[in-house]
Amino acid sequence: MAEELLRLTNIHKSFAGVHALRGVDIVIEPGKIHCLVGENGCGKSTLIKIIAGVYERDQGDIMIRGKSYPQLHPIDAIRAGIQVIYQDFSLFPNLTVAENIALNEELAEGRRLVSWRHVREIAQEALAKIDVKIPLNARVEEVSVANKQLIAISKALLNNARLIIMDEPTSALTEREIRSLLEIIHGLQEQGIAFLFVSHKLNEVLAVSEKMIVMRNGRIVSTGDAEEYDTARLIFEMTGQKIAQRSYRFTPEEGSTPLLRASNLKADETLNDVSFDLYKGEIVGVTGLLGSGRTELALALFGMLPLDAGHIEVEGKAAKIDSVQKAVAAGIGYVPEDRLTEGLFLEQAIGNNIVVRTIDQLRGALGLTSPAQVNGEITEWVDRLRIKTPDPDLPVKTLSGGNQQRVVLAKWLASSPKIMVLNGPTVGVDIGSKNELHDLIKQLAGEGMGLLVISDDIPELLQTCNRILLLRDGRIVDVILPEATTENELAAKLIEE
Amino acid sequence: MNRILRSNEALVAITIVFLCLFIGLRNPVFFTVGNLFDLLRSSIVMGIFAMGVLIVIISGGIDVSFTAIAVFALYATTKLLLAFSPEAPIIVAFVIAALIGLGLGLINAFFIARFKLPTLIVTLGTLSMFHGFLLFAIGNQTIRRDVPPALTSFARSTLLTVPQTRGVANLHPGILITIGVVIFVWLLLSYTMLGRSIYALGGSREAAERAGFNIARIQYFIYGFVGLISGIAGMTFGSLARQANPQDMVGTELSVIAAVVLGGAQLTGGRGTVIGTLLGVILVVIANNSLILIGVPSVWQRVVIGIIILVGTGAPAIQAKRAGNAAFGLAE
Repeated sequence: MAEELLRLTNIHKSFAGVHALRGVDIVIEPGKIHCLVGENGCGKSTLIKIIAGVYERDQGDIMIRGKSYPQLHPIDAIRAGIQVIYQDFSLFPNLTVAENIALNEELAEGRRLVSWRHVREIAQEALAKIDVKIPLNARVEEVSVANKQLIAISKALLNNARLIIMDEPTSALTEREIRSLLEIIHGLQEQGIAFLFVSHKLNEVLAVSEKMIVMRNGRIVSTGDAEEYDTARLIFEMTGQKIAQRSYRFTPEEGSTPLLRASNLKADETLNDVSFDLYKGEIVGVTGLLGSGRTELALALFGMLPLDAGHIEVEGKAAKIDSVQKAVAAGIGYVPEDRLTEGLFLEQAIGNNIVVRTIDQLRGALGLTSPAQVNGEITEWVDRLRIKTPDPDLPVKTLSGGNQQRVVLAKWLASSPKIMVLNGPTVGVDIGSKNELHDLIKQLAGEGMGLLVISDDIPELLQTCNRILLLRDGRIVDVILPEATTENELAAKLIEE
Repeated sequence: MNRILRSNEALVAITIVFLCLFIGLRNPVFFTVGNLFDLLRSSIVMGIFAMGVLIVIISGGIDVSFTAIAVFALYATTKLLLAFSPEAPIIVAFVIAALIGLGLGLINAFFIARFKLPTLIVTLGTLSMFHGFLLFAIGNQTIRRDVPPALTSFARSTLLTVPQTRGVANLHPGILITIGVVIFVWLLLSYTMLGRSIYALGGSREAAERAGFNIARIQYFIYGFVGLISGIAGMTFGSLARQANPQDMVGTELSVIAAVVLGGAQLTGGRGTVIGTLLGVILVVIANNSLILIGVPSVWQRVVIGIIILVGTGAPAIQAKRAGNAAFGLAE
């Protein structure tokens, strides 16, 4: 027990009467990778901010390396070696790599004038610590997300970090980048630096962590060595309920025409000879690494990526889909990966977002809409998809991720498409609502819709799809049946070279 | 090397060279020392203004009130001198104008830093307010013949005299003010933490806050400084024109902003250089003054400037978009 980097005892925190943290105890050990998981709103971010000194606790004790801090200000936390890397990395896109790394150090030194040689020296030293090479004179906006993350880490190390807290560290990284990030992290571990990952992406979390800390409703509900946990147990601890994981089975009727038939699709470098069928009532998964062509396939089906060759048939009839309008006319709907910028009018009311695609059909004789009819339509969809809101007149941005995704779905379902392409349908959604969304997808398939689910969330694919197409370099390299595989097997196939 | 050639500065510099060659080949007067001195004289005020605008744009803001500040400072200073000390040396006039400009700039800063209002809204408001207040409360008559004598003698002074085939060409010492401001702003932006904090603020306000920069203090500096040098620019304008006309300058703010944007500063903030801005100013000044030498009627000059701005700012944007699209295909 002599070796403790950080110990929190009985931490409480309330905001305007809401009890966000209710007696949290955690211990962080030096040189270990810890992982803090929990659903959105469970108190993860509040806890991090208390550790970083951004929020003041109401009650409880914080010990950093044996020293008690009755009051912990951000500067104390930094001096004690605690560094937080936020999801957006807090970098300046317009400044060079070197300046981004050195800026905090220069501020801390209280400099008024800039010595560019000093800036370069600081940056070189920082990058040497993690043994990576990034062009120092490149602007940060020109480097990859993975490099941005490394810049953020090297910046943290400059301040003699002993604990690096990373918020959603692996989102937006490809598998390969994650692996090299982990190598660097393992190197730092050997120097005794501890990490605390905060995440809700379960399979990655399990793969890298040594210690698990699970939060639910402001309490730590479970801690222990990572080997003791599997996905099922984590989900149980995080949600407090057993969520049944059953796969979706489907066999097309003998001799029926496929709802969608794609033959030899080819586009630039991104799609190469892609052919598949999608039947009524089927849920077909599409997976692959970033850059494998999975998003391009969706864009091609929705008329946003011009095809160089190949053709598409909808219900046995050739469909020339070269614009979004034609895709919609053919009965294809698309829920984009980035629902915030591509799928929703965030500032607009929930109701307006739902009827935006069908407003023409709701017009009366004079070309005017009747509020009663529009509201009827809105209420129907809010009920059917169980969108949790006190009032559909509120802007969409007031909703949680899962509910926003339902609004996007409602928008499309209102125009009754035959085929839905869902790109990352549960990215950034809680496990509880994720499951409800999966049920909804299965229900839609049961009603005769054909769905294409594009995802790199392996449990999600196994739970919802009856068939999974594996893409690599723009080609379908494998077709996998969920009942004939396991999570690990599929994960291994995904990253195979 | 490729990167240097594709940079905005290079693009503007090449445009300037071609424009000069084009004009000069058709009318050799363009290549005389006299014309060069004229162009420099015309760049004096716009050059000072542009440095202020550059700083604001880098910080991610915009200021359209600087011309009102300039004319306010010029007119109020002239009135003050006439009333209290008509014989004061020219330096006193500049100090008073700079202080008036600083005060007005701090009013902008107050609204922007304290209430976090959008900078365009605040400065559109103060543009009207400052100018309106000037006309209503201080005066609306042009002071022409009876300007303080220091102004008149400054207007007539020369830094350099070069004999020409007909008469002599004189270079006005006002150019030294511009050069001073340019060097100061360049040092500020490149070699001080304050300057870097302006770039940081324009790059990402949130990250700047987290890094521990005092945003309000930076904004007070930015808008105060723009006010200060606008006051100096206003006084310079008046002493070149030997008059204080309360209707002068206001309305020219967009062409200064255009020159700065042409020089590569981006209205989204975080980007812009002193060199680029100077090139932008030179290009606009040449287009303004020299098209007449090749027989382009003055009404057409504005059209030509408009085209230069559209092409000059449009070409890099289209280039960036193409590069972005290419990356999109690769990185998904």
